[in-house]
Amino acid sequence: MFKLKCDDFLTYDEESGTYSVAPDQQVRDEVEKTRWKEIAFKLLTDWRLYLMLVPMLFVYIFWRYMPMYELIGVFKDSVTSPTSSAADGNWYGFKNFIDVFTYSSYSEDFWMAFRNTFILAFYGLLFGFPFPIILALFFNEIRSNIVRSIAQVCVYLPKFMSIVVITTLAISLFGGKSENGVISQLLISICGDDSSIAQAATNGLVYSARYFRAIYIVTDLWEHAGYDSIVFFAAIIAVSPTSYEAAQIDGAGKMQQMRYIVIPSILSTVVIMLIMKIGSLLNVSYEKIFLFVNAGNSNTYQANSESALVVSIWANGLSNSNNTLSVSMAGEMTNNLIGMLLVIGSNIISRKATDVSLY
Amino acid sequence: MKRKMEVSELIFKIVAYFFLIVFALMCVYPFLYAIGSAFSSQAANEAGDVILWPVEPQTAAFVYVMTNAQFWIAYANTLFTTIIGTAWSLFYSILGAYALSKKRIMGRHGWNFFLVFTMWFNAGVVATYLNYQATGEVFATLFAGSTNMFEIDLKWLVVIAMGMNATNIILLRNAFEGVPAEIEEAARIDGATEMQVLTKVYLPMSKATIATVALFFGISRWNGYFWAQKVMGTSTSLDGGGQPYSWPVQVYIRDFINKYTSLVTTYDPDTNKIFDDEVVSRNGVVYSMVICSVIPILIIYPFIQKYFAKGVNMGGVKE
Repeated sequence: MFKLKCDDFLTYDEESGTYSVAPDQQVRDEVEKTRWKEIAFKLLTDWRLYLMLVPMLFVYIFWRYMPMYELIGVFKDSVTSPTSSAADGNWYGFKNFIDVFTYSSYSEDFWMAFRNTFILAFYGLLFGFPFPIILALFFNEIRSNIVRSIAQVCVYLPKFMSIVVITTLAISLFGGKSENGVISQLLISICGDDSSIAQAATNGLVYSARYFRAIYIVTDLWEHAGYDSIVFFAAIIAVSPTSYEAAQIDGAGKMQQMRYIVIPSILSTVVIMLIMKIGSLLNVSYEKIFLFVNAGNSNTYQANSESALVVSIWANGLSNSNNTLSVSMAGEMTNNLIGMLLVIGSNIISRKATDVSLY
Repeated sequence: MKRKMEVSELIFKIVAYFFLIVFALMCVYPFLYAIGSAFSSQAANEAGDVILWPVEPQTAAFVYVMTNAQFWIAYANTLFTTIIGTAWSLFYSILGAYALSKKRIMGRHGWNFFLVFTMWFNAGVVATYLNYQATGEVFATLFAGSTNMFEIDLKWLVVIAMGMNATNIILLRNAFEGVPAEIEEAARIDGATEMQVLTKVYLPMSKATIATVALFFGISRWNGYFWAQKVMGTSTSLDGGGQPYSWPVQVYIRDFINKYTSLVTTYDPDTNKIFDDEVVSRNGVVYSMVICSVIPILIIYPFIQKYFAKGVNMGGVKE
């Protein structure tokens, strides 16, 4: 519609009877003008579409990108000039980062939180990823539709419970003797009073630094595994029954069918889910840990914080006084930048290796 | 054709059944325990006799919750944020996803990157809280003429500013992209405007995804705890800056637990008595509240459950 024609740049000289080409600058101007005309035309015809984007842009700019602007505070000095907004102080360079990494009153807790984040994330991947796949394979074994539906309804249910309900239930089940924790009492009666696990159970397994990680992983599996299995189950039932028949005729047993039909056909789903999982690896559920770790309304931590304190909760606790605001943001930003590198890295690797990528 | 079952297959089947039944029971047990505890007597709760069924059944704790005005105010707040908040999130997500699903929109890659980048990089808890404070102050200057964000009802900040989810927008976008272009063309030839194409063609054709996304938004609103607690404050006194009258039910439950037991030190039933008349126990009251807060989810859940697999599948992942 707004395509340029060659004639536009040629002027015919009537005297000599030759064509001369317009100077470069003029050509560029013309091209530029045409481009703007095209953009204006598109805006005019499709203005409704762009109007539709506006509410979404408004929300995302204000509450997703403006917080990133607040991160300027990590390069500012909030220690000597405490202000409500960290973006106000004086320029401070990378000193806040150096403080977080080396200054002992911050760095000890930071490195502990950093290590805890990685350990919890790693365990979450190690147990949380294969478990839904196994669950989906098992669901596929159940031929009766009614039994399977009932089991599925039960298994999806915890995903929809609030984190407050889940932690309340977990605290009372794994809680100490004085809170009548059912599982703790069971463990005490199985292992006897003198074993180390029974002593931890008397004070409450959730409050012991040693068993907290296990409880975190178990509640995580309980909460997410059922729902996560939907995707894998859908991939499994999409396998055509003729493949199984063909394999049976060729004499393949159950295990061989699983090895040569089911697993290859769900592999691409598995890879995509793995990328997504690695992408959100460092987003450990800080809400849940906040509820497990914070004691009452105060900002004191419980005994389990030694293995439970993650970077977000550490930063949240530290940010309560204004003059450590920048330091807490610097620590959290380090964590989140590493998380972003993991997402991009896992995408690049999977694109190179399997031609499957998310973004 | 009947076929003889192999031994390995039989073993695998037995393991599958056993494992799934155990896991399903594990998933349901805590809720049954909650019901059992809510309807047990105070003495049974304190002695730790409740394992599954109500011991010495009674309804005193449940009645206490039912007649607790503060709890129901919190409940109404949650209903408000869930209904208005889900509607608002769906509104901008559907409009945005529709615009992004159109190939003819300029800067399509740019807009998508704008959205996806928020999934990659998170500003973090501290920066986000500072941002909520700043925008709360903007709201206060606009609507209350003061710079103190506690002057306005912070429910509105929760409704408008929270519950964003880029994944949901991408699910919707993929669903809209899956609608055949011929149908849209037919509608346009009949003279449909952009808005009519969206409401009459696209929305009915991607019902499953919209239902799933609405469920995700609704559940995250209903269950939201951390940010509501951070923004509205936990302090029950108003001079501490808190807004207890705007608390959603999750914040109220957690605050109740904090108030009547100390989670750090061991729980001593004698010093942590809630009520003078000694009829109800803390556990009974807490679990009655938990049951009340879970009921709406249980009511809606079976209606939307059938859409899950379809909705997640259709939108899910694109290669």
